Amino acid sequence: MPYISNTDSERQAMLERIGVENFAELIAAIPESLRLNGPLKLDEAISELEITARISDITCRNMCVQSANSFLGAGVYDHFIPAAVDTIVSRPEFYTAYTPYQAEVSQGTLQFIYEFQTMIAELTGMEIANASMYDGASAIAEAILMAVRKNRLTKAILPATLHPEYLKVIKSYTEGVGIELLSCPAKDGVLDLQALKVMMDETIGSVVVQNPNFYGNIEDVFAIDEIVHSQPKALLIACVDPISLAVLNAPAEYHSDIVVGEGQALGNNMYMGGPLFGFFASKLDMARQMPGRIVGGTLDKEGKRAYALTLQAREQHIRRDKATSNICSNQSLCTLAAVVYMSLMGRQGLVEIATQSTQNAHWLASEINKLPGFSIAYPEASFFKEFVITTPVPASEIIGKCLAKGIYPGFDLGIYGMPNQLMIAVTEKKTRAAMTDLLNALREVSHA
Amino acid sequence: MPKTIFEISSPGRKGVTLPKREFDTPLEQLIPSKFHRKAIAKLPEVSELDVMRHFIELSHLNHFIEKGLYPLGSCTMKYNPKIHEQLVRHSCFGNLHPYQPQSTLQGALKLLFELQQDLAEISGMANVTLQPVAGAQGEFTGLKIIEAYHRSKGNTHKNKIIMPDSAHGTNPASCTLAGFEVIELKSDAEGKVDVEALKAVLSDEVAGFMLTNPNTLGLFESQIREISDLIHSVDGLMYMDGANLNALLGIVQPGKIGFDVMHYNLHKTFTTPHGGGGPGCGPVGVVEKLLPFLPVPMISHNQDGYYLDYLHAETSIGKVHGFYGNFAIMVRAYVYIKMLGPVGLRRVSENAIINANYLMKLLEDHYHIQHKDYCMHEFVADGTLQKKAHGISTLDIAKRLLDKGYHAPTIYFPLIIPEAMMFEPTETESKQSIDAFADAMIEIAAEIERDPEMLHEAPLCTPVRRVDDVRAVKMLDTRFEIKD
Repeated sequence: MPYISNTDSERQAMLERIGVENFAELIAAIPESLRLNGPLKLDEAISELEITARISDITCRNMCVQSANSFLGAGVYDHFIPAAVDTIVSRPEFYTAYTPYQAEVSQGTLQFIYEFQTMIAELTGMEIANASMYDGASAIAEAILMAVRKNRLTKAILPATLHPEYLKVIKSYTEGVGIELLSCPAKDGVLDLQALKVMMDETIGSVVVQNPNFYGNIEDVFAIDEIVHSQPKALLIACVDPISLAVLNAPAEYHSDIVVGEGQALGNNMYMGGPLFGFFASKLDMARQMPGRIVGGTLDKEGKRAYALTLQAREQHIRRDKATSNICSNQSLCTLAAVVYMSLMGRQGLVEIATQSTQNAHWLASEINKLPGFSIAYPEASFFKEFVITTPVPASEIIGKCLAKGIYPGFDLGIYGMPNQLMIAVTEKKTRAAMTDLLNALREVSHA
Repeated sequence: MPKTIFEISSPGRKGVTLPKREFDTPLEQLIPSKFHRKAIAKLPEVSELDVMRHFIELSHLNHFIEKGLYPLGSCTMKYNPKIHEQLVRHSCFGNLHPYQPQSTLQGALKLLFELQQDLAEISGMANVTLQPVAGAQGEFTGLKIIEAYHRSKGNTHKNKIIMPDSAHGTNPASCTLAGFEVIELKSDAEGKVDVEALKAVLSDEVAGFMLTNPNTLGLFESQIREISDLIHSVDGLMYMDGANLNALLGIVQPGKIGFDVMHYNLHKTFTTPHGGGGPGCGPVGVVEKLLPFLPVPMISHNQDGYYLDYLHAETSIGKVHGFYGNFAIMVRAYVYIKMLGPVGLRRVSENAIINANYLMKLLEDHYHIQHKDYCMHEFVADGTLQKKAHGISTLDIAKRLLDKGYHAPTIYFPLIIPEAMMFEPTETESKQSIDAFADAMIEIAAEIERDPEMLHEAPLCTPVRRVDDVRAVKMLDTRFEIKD
């Protein structure tokens, strides 16, 4: 039997030592009427050799972005990952370890989390970061909940430029605890500042801004800062792309109170959207209101530097129904990939990645804008590595036709009621040749 | 402790090579300068070898499954097969984008569809959502489903969830997040649900009952039918915390004994690696009448193939994850189920139960055990004898175990047992390794008699000595001060 060491005779010897004749005596507490009659209706067991063949059959029915020319983004991005990342996260010392509650035998995990927290604090400009959340979506939800703990104001404003799937998750997380979500409309692909101004009053607890926003556009974060903080209690929650922070404003520059985001782009494979990880940072005065695990530096009894989980009195295993969150397991191994990735990239490398992504995206956008029938959907807005184009035929049609050419041209905004809009993401992995293939395909399929 | 990665940084050093730029338009011409970062983010500047040495050095400071036994009760730290890691790293899994056309995701969707079905069969539930990414998120999802069910019947007054005082901390925390009020039920003298106490708190306001079965003492709640009849009599729903499902594979199907909704921990029962604290995966199974409330999308199948199914979006609780959950974790669990099959899975639970009872037997003359009935996959001993006789706490015992090359058991939980030590050896440990572990525990009991002072000092041989948690709170230091 796979992965069970004991032989039948060892098993029998153990039963004898326990003092029973057979296994059935051990489960006498389970009434017969509650037991399953006969085996589970599952496929018969197969060997390692056979499962390998089956998985290879399964993967052959996928066409991944390695074999296709993909311009998909919308929250999950195909950035380059150096080989050393996987070498580290494949170490059993990291991936088979438990949560570092026993600090004396978990210093490796604790220190990398401390380094991760430092890097997130550095990127965002914030004072404190936690050890991670499930994903960007739930991180925003938890940020809104934390804002309520801080100022007791239960209204939150969400921008219409927020990822629509994030909104669904935020609704799930906030509706049970009496938080009122208000939507601030968009104008020309960014938040409508006039509308936000009108909505702001002393009852607003927090305002979320996604930057770059769902459409890839850069929000006027300084104007938003001014409007939000015109109310002394209101908190500004920024949801940011961590790669963008190498070149775009650190959220502390526009006085964000809480900063969250989806961290996948930092060294994690896309895996059809999971596992991802959320990062979570804030000002220090909210440390005791934070959700999730936090690692702190301390000393051992001999005065040597050591690390431990800290501020645990916030957490569910201590505070139970009064905890700041129900989160227990987070996405620890994904943050290891991120901290290794950020170490390898370094300060110059991350700037280079962000710069190349921006340059590639802007070149492609300007070339698409020249194609007959195509135009940039929000010409007034600045963008980072992702942008929306207006298409002469429905985007779904273009996507269907491009599939035959092995191209994923982008994300179909028809899903959200804008059938003639295609959203295109470009990273440093896109060469001029790959982008030219997309341009040719767009020209061809929209006029066929 | 090793220096931080920031302290080995050297200006200009690089850990990666990147292609030359194909376009040279300066960033200032592409994005207005007011949106540019004012000062560079001070990430470390290190070589690839620096990075490898640093993180390998850190790795040497960890306890992990391949190094030694992890007797953590309710955590099910079983061996993680290496074929899982190899198969999931296939480039056609890692490079799948969630928004690819579904025709290009057929293999992945087929795998997920089969996993939904297999998990449903294992629990006896009608269907399973794979979306929740952790056990606690599974609990939250299940509670949202309970809330949606009552709302659909107009029963918005049902706002209370009952649970025993032996429940995991996430249970009450998830209830709060879902907007429920918690009624905590004192366990009876045998450590089980006190049915009379349950009757006393039962009312029309009860939305459901949350129960771990086997419970956190490792005991099967044999009155489960009576409990579920009571809860169902007020149209409440039965929630099972599946943290201890490793005891029930092929023996009991929770969906067939009165439970209406439950979560699985793929990172426990189905041996996906714990990752030092995640990523996990917490699928949720429900009975027929709760299907309309499952999160969207589900994975379905028709004559054209497999697809993301949003059909019941109107009645669904919505979403708990930005995309479809922790896909890479699901791949590992799929491989596990396929390699064990129905006979192997049953064997897993049998051996988990035998191993736990065997270890309990070996320890019973040396440590106090309050509930001595045969246990399921785990049991709770405690350090009250040692505390009383020598002032040695369970924490001291746990720390001494670290010296002997073992991880500590789950300690001070469940809260209803003073000085609790909860042991779960899991089925992957052999008789020999359990014997050796028991010897270590017995040796510690002898050391306490002989030299109690030394126990206060433990651990003595770990990479760092006992860590000062209080200082970590008082002098909060959550980030390195990077000097430039």
